[in-house]
Amino acid sequence: METVIKVENLTRKFGDFVAVDHINFEVNAGEVVGYLGPNGSGKTTTIRMLLGLLAPSEGQATVLGYDVHRQSEEVRARVGYMSQKFAIYDDLTALENLTFYGGVYGIKDRARILHTLELVGLKGHEQTLTRDMSTGWRQRLSLGIALVHEPKLLFLDEPTSGVDPTARRAFWDLIYELAENGVTIFVTTHYMDEAEYCERVGVMRDGKLLAMDTPTNLKRTVIKGDVWEVFAHPLEQGLEILHDMDGVERVGLAGDHLRVISSKVKKTAMQSLLSKAGLSVEKIERGEPTLEDVFLALAR
Amino acid sequence: MTDYLVQATNLKKYFKTVKAVDGVSLHVKPGEIYGLVGSDGAGKTTTMRLLVGALKPSAGEITVCGFDVAKQVEQVRSQIGYLSQRFSMYEDLSVLENIRFFAEVRGLSQTEWLPRSMEILEFVGLADFKDRRAGQLSGGMKQKLGLASALVTRPRLLLLDEPTTGVDPVTRQDFWQLVIKLVSTPLHLPQNSENLGGVARSAEGGRVSVIISTPYMDEASRCHRVGFMKNGKIIAEDTPSVLRSQLNGRILELRGSPLNLLRHAAHKDSDVEDVQAFGDRLHIRVSEGKSQAVLKKLKKEIVSAGGQVDELRVVPPALEDVFIALSEH
Repeated sequence: METVIKVENLTRKFGDFVAVDHINFEVNAGEVVGYLGPNGSGKTTTIRMLLGLLAPSEGQATVLGYDVHRQSEEVRARVGYMSQKFAIYDDLTALENLTFYGGVYGIKDRARILHTLELVGLKGHEQTLTRDMSTGWRQRLSLGIALVHEPKLLFLDEPTSGVDPTARRAFWDLIYELAENGVTIFVTTHYMDEAEYCERVGVMRDGKLLAMDTPTNLKRTVIKGDVWEVFAHPLEQGLEILHDMDGVERVGLAGDHLRVISSKVKKTAMQSLLSKAGLSVEKIERGEPTLEDVFLALAR
Repeated sequence: MTDYLVQATNLKKYFKTVKAVDGVSLHVKPGEIYGLVGSDGAGKTTTMRLLVGALKPSAGEITVCGFDVAKQVEQVRSQIGYLSQRFSMYEDLSVLENIRFFAEVRGLSQTEWLPRSMEILEFVGLADFKDRRAGQLSGGMKQKLGLASALVTRPRLLLLDEPTTGVDPVTRQDFWQLVIKLVSTPLHLPQNSENLGGVARSAEGGRVSVIISTPYMDEASRCHRVGFMKNGKIIAEDTPSVLRSQLNGRILELRGSPLNLLRHAAHKDSDVEDVQAFGDRLHIRVSEGKSQAVLKKLKKEIVSAGGQVDELRVVPPALEDVFIALSEH
C-alpha cells in the first residue's frame, strides 16, 4: 500500500520547549486518520512541519514522497488544507469565493470549479451569498476551496466544530466519498465526536504521540476494565465511596449518574457497598467505553 | 411559590423574517443542569439572551427566580451568572484582581468581595494561583477563572455558553465535576448565606441551576435534561437516558471489511432505517422489533457478497443516534 505520510522521530523545539517530541507514524493512501489532542498539544506544530512551513529540529517527514523540509513547494502544490479560521468572503457568493481561491492555485477552468461545488453538495447554491449560509454549508464551501486543485491529501483542522450531528454527518459522508476515491484525509481535532469518524486516531498530549490505532482497538487496549453507569443518590457521596473502593480505576460524575471504570469490581459489590452506606441505588448498567475514556486513561 | 427556577412559556423572537426562536417553553428546576443542544443557528444563544433579558421576546413570558424578565430585569440579572464562550478577562491583572473587578462591577462591597472571592477560588481550585497574572494561566485555568467570575455574585442561575470549546478532555472533565458539584450541594459556596441579594437560600430551593448550550453530544449526555433545538424550536426534551431508551434495541454496531461493502449491504436491507458510518464501524438503525431479523440476514448477505463481518451486535443507543433519528421528521 502506498505510504502518503511518513513521519520519523519528528521533533520541534522552541527554545527549551519541546512542542513536538520524537513522533513516528505512517498514513496510507485513502486512509482517514485523526490527530486528537487539546490545544497546545503539538497538533498544529506537526501540521506546520508537514506542510513545510516550519523546519523540524530533529527527525524527518515525507508527504506524498517529498521531503517536507527540502521539497516543501512540491508538497504544498499537492495537498489541500481546510481550517475554520480560513477566510471566506462574506460578501461574495459561493461561486465567487471558489473562483477566487481557484485562481490562487492557477485554476481558471470554470467547469472544474462548478464540479467542485457539486462535489461538496452546493449545486444550485452557486449564487448564494456566503453570509446567508448556515455553518454547515460554509464548512462545505471551505472544503470545496481546499479541494479545487484536486489534492491527493487533505488536511482538515476541526472541520465540523459548532454543528449538530446531522450537519456533521452530511459533511463526513462527503469525506468518506473522497477517501473512497483515493484521497487521503488527515484530521486534527480536539473533539471526541469528530475523532470517532476517523479510521485511525492518534492521541497527542504534551508533544508526544501517546497512541495511534482504530477507535475500537484504542478502546479495547487502553480501557482494560468494564464501564459501569451507576445511578445512586446522593451522587456526591457515591463518588467518594466508589473513589475509595478497591479495584476501581476511575470514577467521575456524568450528569445524573457516575461513570465507573474497573476490571475487578462486580456490579453486586458496588450495589451492596453503596446500599450499606445508606445510598439509594436506582440501577447500575453497563456502559460503552468512549474515546474520552481513552484520552483520560492515557493522559493521567 | 413555584417549583421552577426558570419558567419560559411559548417564547418567540423574530428578526425580520427569521424565526430565531419559535415557540420555546422551558421549565428548569433548582439543582438541574439543563442542556440546550443544537447546531449554530438553531436558536440556543438567542434563547439564552432572552432568558437574561438582553433581548426582548416577540412573544411569550419568562420568569427567573419568580421575577418577570420583562418587568424586573434588574432583579433577574442579579440572580444570574453568565459565562460566555469568549469571556474576557484582564490578562495583566492577577486572578484575584480579575475577580475583584467582576465583583465590584456587580456591586459587591469592599467587605464582601474578598472572603467571597477566596471561597470561590478555593471551590474552583485556583486559590494557590490567586496572585498569578491571568495571561499566564493555562487554558483550563482561564476557564476556571471565568467560572469563578460568573459565580462571585452567588447566582441562582448559571448560564454557560459552549463552555468547554477548545479545552482538552482532562480539563473538561474537571470543569464538569465542578458544575455538577455546584448544583448537587446547596451549601457548596457560602457557609453563611442567610441572605444573598435579598433571596434566602434553603434546602432544595436553594440549589443553583445551570443552563448550558452546546452542539456536542458528549456534553449533552452529562446534563440532567436535554432539549434538542432545531430551527428555533425544541423538538425533543427529556433526560439523556429516557431519550436514548426510545431507540433501545434498535441500534446495531457493525464492524468488518470492506466498509463500503458493509455500508451498501446495510442500506439494501429493507428493515434498516438508517446507516451511519464512523471511522472503523457502522451504526445501523433498524425498524422496531427487527433487530434479531437483521442480525441474522445481514451477516449472511455480507459474507455472500464477499465481505467480512468481525462483529455485529446490538449496542446501547447514543444521544447522537437519537438526534439524527429526530432530525429526520
